[in-house]
Order: sequence, then structure tokens, then C-alpha cells
Amino acid sequence: MGATVSHDDHGHHHEEGFISKYIFSMDHKMIAKQFLVTGMMMGVLGMMLSIFFRIQLGWPGEESTVLNMFLGDDWAPNGILDRNMYLGLVTIHGTLMVFFVLTAGLSGTFSNLLIPLQLGARDMASGFLNMLSYWMFFISTCLMTISLFVESGPAMAGWTVYPPLSALEEAVPGSGLGMTLWLMSMAIFIASSLLGSLNYIVTVLNLRTKGMKMTRMPLTIWAFFVTAILGVLSFPVLLSAALLLLMDRTMGTNFYLSDIIVGGEMMDYTGGSPLLFEHLFWFLGHPEVYIVLLPALGITSEIIATNSRKPIFGYRAMIGSILAIGFLSFIVWGHHMFLTGMNPFLGGVFVFTTLLIAIPSAVKVFNYLTTIWKGNIVYTPGMLFSIGLVSTFITGGVTGIILADSALDITVHDTYFVVAHFHVVMGLSAIFGMFAGVYHWFPKMYGRMMNTKMGYFHFWTTLISGYGVFFPMHFVGIAGAPRRYYDYSVYDLFDKAQYEMILDLNVLISIFAILGAFAQGVFIFNFFYSIWFGQKAVQNPWKSNTLEWTTPVEHVHGNWPGPRPEVHRWPYDYSKPGAEEDFIPQIVPLAEGEEDH
Amino acid sequence: MGGHATKQIDAPTLWGGSMSPFSTSYGKLMMWFFLVSDALTFGGLLVAYGYTRYTYTGEWPAGEEVFHHFPLAGETHLPLLYVAFMTFILIVSSVTMVLAVEAGHRMDKRGVIKWLAWTIVGGFIFLGSQVWEWSHFIHGSEYGRITLQDGSVVKAHYNHDTHAFEGFEVTQDGSLYKAEEQKSGEHEEKYAVLHGDHAKALYNSIEENESYRIVRGANLYENEYGPSHYGQFFFFITGFHGFHVFSGVVINILVLMMVLKGTMHKRGHYEMVEKTGLYWHFVDLVWVFVFTFFYLV
Repeated sequence: MGATVSHDDHGHHHEEGFISKYIFSMDHKMIAKQFLVTGMMMGVLGMMLSIFFRIQLGWPGEESTVLNMFLGDDWAPNGILDRNMYLGLVTIHGTLMVFFVLTAGLSGTFSNLLIPLQLGARDMASGFLNMLSYWMFFISTCLMTISLFVESGPAMAGWTVYPPLSALEEAVPGSGLGMTLWLMSMAIFIASSLLGSLNYIVTVLNLRTKGMKMTRMPLTIWAFFVTAILGVLSFPVLLSAALLLLMDRTMGTNFYLSDIIVGGEMMDYTGGSPLLFEHLFWFLGHPEVYIVLLPALGITSEIIATNSRKPIFGYRAMIGSILAIGFLSFIVWGHHMFLTGMNPFLGGVFVFTTLLIAIPSAVKVFNYLTTIWKGNIVYTPGMLFSIGLVSTFITGGVTGIILADSALDITVHDTYFVVAHFHVVMGLSAIFGMFAGVYHWFPKMYGRMMNTKMGYFHFWTTLISGYGVFFPMHFVGIAGAPRRYYDYSVYDLFDKAQYEMILDLNVLISIFAILGAFAQGVFIFNFFYSIWFGQKAVQNPWKSNTLEWTTPVEHVHGNWPGPRPEVHRWPYDYSKPGAEEDFIPQIVPLAEGEEDH
Repeated sequence: MGGHATKQIDAPTLWGGSMSPFSTSYGKLMMWFFLVSDALTFGGLLVAYGYTRYTYTGEWPAGEEVFHHFPLAGETHLPLLYVAFMTFILIVSSVTMVLAVEAGHRMDKRGVIKWLAWTIVGGFIFLGSQVWEWSHFIHGSEYGRITLQDGSVVKAHYNHDTHAFEGFEVTQDGSLYKAEEQKSGEHEEKYAVLHGDHAKALYNSIEENESYRIVRGANLYENEYGPSHYGQFFFFITGFHGFHVFSGVVINILVLMMVLKGTMHKRGHYEMVEKTGLYWHFVDLVWVFVFTFFYLV
């Protein structure tokens, strides 16, 4: 096999220019950093947008100089947020967070960094496609950011861009140019994600080093691998949905439009079905939840095992549950559509499949807990965030059971209960996984350690403000507050006491949201400060078994200056009885009479 | 290199790292996964088509009634013959592609050039045929479909044997009422078999009358064959497939130029030809599905 053999050659260390090293780099480690920093920028932007609409929700109708300063007289006249812009902020917040931060920012960073390093590969299968993947992602983030500055506003149809809001230019101001930019950005993003995923899958299959059996791969790699497969299978369906939507917008077709009245005028559309879009969208949309979550779970598995100084409990069960979650994620999309007029019998099927996901999820949670149980725990910031993930995964998972049941879902569908649920289970959990990964692999990325004290501060403020935001939000939802409403006072849905309760909770939520946002400033500072002034890292700071810690601290193109390492054991030989140290790296051959896991 | 495992290797060795478990290069594996992804894009589109068609309560146009023309044959009735020709050409182009790949395995540069060129020719014939097919679909039949003021629709067929318009089908609310079903119904008077000049006179009078409208051919808003979605999906999905064929032809031409320059020969293998071959076969396979859903069922 010529192609695989060529990757076995020694790393080539020719000098690179600034542009080929830092900008159009084809080295996976640099591309990972590019994804991370871009993802962080998008995260800051997405968080700012959320603060803007939280100000409106907490103090509706009150003048805010902050809003006026950022949004100007057009979108926040006298410091009061414009109704349409409220929808725009919600939409772009969701889009940035789901796609740019937690999909590209998370997978793009850690798949790129860890797949070659933990598998003992010189680089990704195709460095060129990898570079292309990043730059397409970059272009799509630019387009999305530009759409915020369009005169008619950004897309305002929610991150799910349901037609007709997204299909008819006359629906809301943002349905014009803003929506077009959204679709363009997303089309480029899908292409970027496809290129990335192809690379990840093929690298995992073809470029493992000698001895790296599939059942010796760290669970991070298993998670990234299944995530990439989910991406390859689900994003193309979003592409077909988006293409048909584009036709509806530009070519006058009506795939998704039927019997619509805009401004008292009947539009000339019959026979299309907005439900069709929802089916196509959620066929992507639900696997997307796991595209976001699985890498975080993989990172957690690795960090928890390392810092508990114990082998991960149920390694094969963990792999099985990742595969089961991946498979099930494709047959549950209907649970987003219980109230759309879909056939109730079909709803029953989706209830069943959705509840099934609780089983592999519970397997993972119990395995985390049993791994920590009686472990010799090292509380690094990465470990704290991993434990935080387990906590939020449980909290959010429990409300998931409620929402999976169509009978219960009827009362809380599209309320803040749903918003709270998915923010805890996929928002907080995934971002905790991402933070954990950044703290843990920062020494690998930048050769320096992040500040631990600031890390602790960041963790506790984030955890407290995270729960402070989303725990009360469940009650707002149970009280019946629908999501995406600009102001509850103008509707006669609630009596006065109910409205006041919602408003009180909203004030609390908004305060915690603002606190949480400031806490992230500490992280950002810590991150950039440590890049230049952090304590110098040793080669294996966490005493970890995986291969990335056998590479030199200073990056070399090709990862290992000498030949690629050979793997003799699984990555979880921590505290092995009879061993001298409490960790045995994967490159150490099995001792006489010692058995593989 | 060409995707043949040279010897039998047991599974633990294959999956044990440092070797491709599928005995293929990463590039070819990537192409396979790309095709899986592309298949899902087409799958999404075809499912959307099926969904729309299934939920439509009226009658969906039948392929053999819409597509029964042949170039240079005038007003004939040769149902699906032309699209059968197109399909045949595309499948033959897959055969020539296989021959090009096979010649590549033998490092037979001239063979690769010959068969790749024929594949490109096949691709162009298919694309040209699709242009004709589309233009025929867009222009429609001579007499089109008549829409009455109350929204119901009359459709007339011209019978070449009897030289008469017949089969005035009346549609209401977008659904077709067959002539037989009308005889005892209230639409009986609207249905008639007229002959020769009578028919022409009626047709002309309808055409001049402002309370009627004649729809000829197809566009994205309406078409004479059936519901507007029929035309919309036809244009979009066959167009999307045609775009794939077009990209395939472009890629084939680029690869042919590389072969002519001798790039592959210097490389020592013709794997590039094999990868484009995979794409080309995939595009052919997709056509089988598109063909089935738009012409046969």
C-alpha cells in the first residue's frame, strides 16, 4: 500500500514561511488551533448576543445604554431592543453556538489535534483538504457575522429556520438578505464539515500506527470517529433541505409553502408543506445534538480516567454506547415534531426510540461515576469541568426523559422548559467538555500550562452561573412561557401573579447570565496570557498514557522526530497492580506474563 | 495500489494498525465516504419528492404520458423511448469507464485515453439529451391544458389516427377526473369527444376566450401535466443530477488531460482514474433512481 507506507516516512522538518506555518497551514496541530481560536471568537460573539436578549427578557421595555451602545438607534432606539432584532439575536445566537462553537469549534479543534496524535499518525490523511475545511469554516463565520450588519437585520427565523419565516422575503425584515447570507454561510459550513469529517474517518481507519487496534484506541478517538460518521450521514440531508429552501426563496417554487396569508393577502401557493422541511431539518438536527455532545463525552472519558488514576470503567461498554447513541440518533428526529400535526402513531414510535437513548446515556454516566469511585482523584481544572459535564449531563438527561414522552411534551413543547433542557444537556455539557479539553491539552497545543487558580475560579463561576441560568428556566417553562417571545406582558396568556413570577425568575436568570459571561472573560484572559507567559510545560504533565504525550513539547511537522511509536497496550493502564508507576504509557511493551486489557 | 489485496491477511493484523483495514488507499476511502454523503443528499431530495407526491390527493402525471416524444420524429407516441436511450448511453459510459480503470491497472496509457475519451463522449450525449428532454418538457404539447375560470381544468388530447381532439379531462381542485367517471356526474356536459374541425373550432374559441387560460409546457410555477410540484421536483432533481453529470464530465476531462501529460504514468499508478470512476458510477446509479421515480412509477 503505497499511500500508507509514505506516511510511515520520517517527519520532514523543512523550514516554513510565516504564511504556510500560521495561515494556510496544512499541519493538523496548527489547524486545530485555528479552529479553536475562531470557535472562541464565535463563542464570545454568541454569548454577547445572548446577553442582549437576556437584558430585554429580564427588564422588558427598560432603557439600556448597553443595548443602545452595541445595537445603535436602529435596533435599540432609546436603548429598548427592537422586536425584530430580538428574533435576529436569538437566531444568530443559536446558529453560532450550535454550528460554529460546538460543532466546528469542538470537533474541529480536538479531532484535528488528537486524531493524528493519539493514533500515532504523522498528520491527517489529507492536509490540503484539512486546510480547505478550516478556511471554508472561516468564510462561513465571516458571512454569518456580516449578516449581523445588514440593514434589514440578520436571519430571524430561529436557528431551525422553519419556513415560511425563512422562505418568504416579506415575512420578517431578516427574511431578506440576512436569511440569504445565513443559507450561504451554512452551505459553505456543510462543505467544510464534510471535508473535515471525511478526513477524520479515513485517518482513523487507515493511518493508525502499528499495534493501535480499534479496541486500543482512546475513547476520545472513538467519539470523534462516530461524530464524523454522524456528520457525513446527516449534514447532506440538511444540504438538500437548504437547497430546496433556496429554490423557494429565489426561483419561485413552493416546496415548503402552502396557503399562506401575509399582511391580509393570500399568497398564491398551494400544495407545499412546511412539515417537509421540518422532517428534513430534524433528520440532521437530532444527530447534530450528538455531533455536539459525543466529542465532549469522549474528552471527558479520557480526562476522568487520567485524573482518577484508574482505568475507564467498561471500556467496551463505552464504545458500544457511543455506537448505540450514534445509531439511535438517526431514528428519533420526530420528537421535535410532536405538535406539528404529524401522525400521532408515528409520534408513538418516536417516543419509544427516544426513550431508548436513555440506556446508552445511562451506561456512560454510570461508567463515569464508577471510574471516579475510589479513584485517586487529581482535581485539575480539566477534571473539574469533566465532572461538571457528568453533572449537567445527568440534570439535562432527566428532563430529556420528560420531553421524549409525547403526552408530557404537549404541555411544555416550545416553552422555556425545552430551552432549559437542551441548554443544560447539550449547551453546558458540550461547552464543559470543550473547556475540559482546552485545559487538558493546552500544554500539548502551546507548550505551556494554563493557570490553575484562574481555572478553578472559571470552573466554579461557570458552574454556578450555568445552573443559575438554566435551573430557574425550567420553572419559567413549566409556568407556560413560550420560547422566542419578545415580551410576555402584551399577551393575555398569564394572570398577573403568573406573569410576575416569570418576570422575577427572568431577572434572576439574566443576572446569572451576565455573571457567567464575565466569568468567561477570566478564561479568555487565562488562555491568551498562558500562550505567552504560562508556566512551561513538561512532556507529560498529567502522567497520561496516550501517545500525544510521547511527542516533544516543541511541535515538529510529522509529530515524532524519530519513527512513529508502536503501541502495545490500551490507553487506560492506570494504577495497574504490580506496576512501578501508576501509569503505563501505550508504548510500553507488555511485561512477561502481563495480559492486555 | 489498485485496490487489490495482494494476499490474504487475517483480521487482527488488518485492524491492528499500520495497515489499511479495507486494503484501499485513504484517497479512495475518502471518495467512498463522500459518495455515501452525496447519496444522502439525493436521498433527502427523493424522499422530499416522495413525501410531496404521497400527500398530494389528486392524480400525479404518469411518465409515459408526459414523455413520449423522440427527436426528429414529429408528433409521435413513443413512450419513454427517448429516456431509455439516455439511460442506455449513461450505462454504456459506465462500461467504458470500467474499461478505462482496467486499462489503468495494466498501465496501458493509450487504453486509458481511449476509454476515458469515450466516457466523456457518453457524458456529453447524456447532457445534450437532457437539454432536449428539458426543452421539450418546457415547451409542452401542442394544445396544452385549459384552465376554466372556476379553477377546474380541461385537458385535450389530439388523436392522430382519427384527427380529433378527445379525452377532454376535467380537473377540479387540482385533481383529475377521468372521462369514464364523468359520464354520470355533473361534469358530463364538459366532457365530449369532438372530431376534426369541430374540435379545432372549440379549441380556438376557448383560446380566444378570456375566461379560460391555456397552460402550455412547464415552468416552476405551473405546468400542463399536473400539480406544480411535479414540474418543480422534476426540474430540481434532474437538474441536480445533471449538475453532477456535468461535474463528472469536467473531472473526467481534467483527468484525461493529466493522463495525456503522462502525470499518472510517472506516478506509477492510475488511481486517480479509479477515483473519478467511482464518482462516475455513482452518478449513473443515482440516475437509475431518478429515472425510476420520475419516469417509471
